[in-house]
Amino acid sequence: MTTFLQLDLVPLAAAILACLACGLVGNLLLLTRQSLLGDAISHAVLPGLVLGFWASGSRAPLPMVLGAVVAAVFAALAIDLVRRTARLEPGAAMGVVFSTMFALGLVLIEVTGAASVDLDIDCVLAGQLETLIWPAAEGLSSLLDARALAAVPRELWTLLIVLGLVLGVLALLWKELRLVCFDPDFAATIGFAPRTLGLLVLVLTALTTVAAFWAVGTILVIAALVGPAAVARLLTDRYGTQFAFSAAAAGVMGAGGYGASVLLPPVFGLAGLNAAGMMAVTAGVLVAAAALFSRLRSAGRVGA
Amino acid sequence: MRAPDPVPLPPEPALAVLGLSVAYGGTPVLTDVSWQVPPGTLAAIIGPNGAGKSTFLKAVLGLIPSLCGEVRLFGRPLAEVRRRIAYLPQRASVDWDFPLTALDVAAQGRYPHAGWFRPLPRRERDRALAALAEVGLADLAHRPIGALSGGQQQRVFLARALALEAELMLLDEPFAGVDAASEAAILAVLRRLVREGRTVIAVHHDLATAPAIFSEVLLLNKRVIAAGPMATAFTAEALAEAYGVPIPLSAAA
Repeated sequence: MTTFLQLDLVPLAAAILACLACGLVGNLLLLTRQSLLGDAISHAVLPGLVLGFWASGSRAPLPMVLGAVVAAVFAALAIDLVRRTARLEPGAAMGVVFSTMFALGLVLIEVTGAASVDLDIDCVLAGQLETLIWPAAEGLSSLLDARALAAVPRELWTLLIVLGLVLGVLALLWKELRLVCFDPDFAATIGFAPRTLGLLVLVLTALTTVAAFWAVGTILVIAALVGPAAVARLLTDRYGTQFAFSAAAAGVMGAGGYGASVLLPPVFGLAGLNAAGMMAVTAGVLVAAAALFSRLRSAGRVGA
Repeated sequence: MRAPDPVPLPPEPALAVLGLSVAYGGTPVLTDVSWQVPPGTLAAIIGPNGAGKSTFLKAVLGLIPSLCGEVRLFGRPLAEVRRRIAYLPQRASVDWDFPLTALDVAAQGRYPHAGWFRPLPRRERDRALAALAEVGLADLAHRPIGALSGGQQQRVFLARALALEAELMLLDEPFAGVDAASEAAILAVLRRLVREGRTVIAVHHDLATAPAIFSEVLLLNKRVIAAGPMATAFTAEALAEAYGVPIPLSAAA
């Protein structure tokens, strides 16, 4: 048990929290057909992350989060600018901007010497769940012990705060976001600022992307943004149910993916499996299962 | 010399546009458009595809910037009278696969009454349900919008506009792609609104039905071709100029 607490509890919780935060925000992207924007933002935040890291000289969350949000807003503005001035279709504009910014981030990692500390390219690509260990844990009682809890990796608290923010914004602006996602023009005519709310969705996306950074890396975060929302969309036509199902799918994705990465290697005699990779695979399997279920159900309806 | 004692002023036009010009990325879409719509009328905006009809509505509503020109609604700028205006966007402008029910959409028309940061109160939801009943969709209130026919979707949009309880309705193609049953239902609602003294301005495509439905018209093709009462403005010559080909009005009348 102590081994589980020391080695697995924090990564497991981080995986679940990251998938929940991304999965919930992902609904707003999926429903506005902007899922690719999530991919773009998750890549484009990298230079901001690195600069925040470099400026503070540590993995303190706040500078990195600030850097990432600035980078995300910059990326969104740049995508819009490229689209309008170069008259490119939105997909092409996103591709140009996010690959450039991601590459800039990779260069910055090397130039700023961040790589020599503990922000390396592997972490960027696939997260660093396995580094989130909790050596201070000595048994279940540690879960209630303030001193032991103080030694829990800071990334976990960052994830908790971001998930709290996401839930708070969704609760406070439930009907406003639903309106603006469905019909921004109508929203504007009745005074429900679609631009401001669109910017808020962008900032939320950037926040969750950064929070999920350690759990899944910037590449696979798109699986957490799109997968749970896609699963839910295949299973329901109700807005509230969409969010509930996506949260359930995100939980399964985080727990199942991390669990598979720990439990499967001994069974198959493998040296190890990457947790982020297994989470993305789990998401894929969930989407496939939901697609199959939804087809069977509609076929059943036609037959009935 | 003093002006004579005021006779009651004629009512302010519901919509007064003066010299409105709009461009998209340097290409002019509307040039120097002026039009007045008296209150309590059913007015049509008619013109070929790409004539700038939707753009005109969007510019009036401030959804897109205009280069120059003045827009007055009930004699005031838009910001002061937003609550008195209802907009019905083109049906194709939204994603009907969105996971919402007919009632969810109609209820959006009550959002201004509920305000920000809180759920819609039950009584406001009931008002939205009443608006759905007005367009004959009370039975389908809880159906996903994706499962509705085109005409039913159009009626859901109309119910949402009705739920705003506005004095001026700006409708972008309320009859586009609807079947005869929906068309009759929509028309009945619009006529009732005008009888109650409200003003309805609609982008309209069907030249044949226009004279029978509307009393005022704006014939548009990037500029004003003709504007005024249907009886005097909607002529064969004006139509030929707007569409670039002769249009036999006899088929219409």
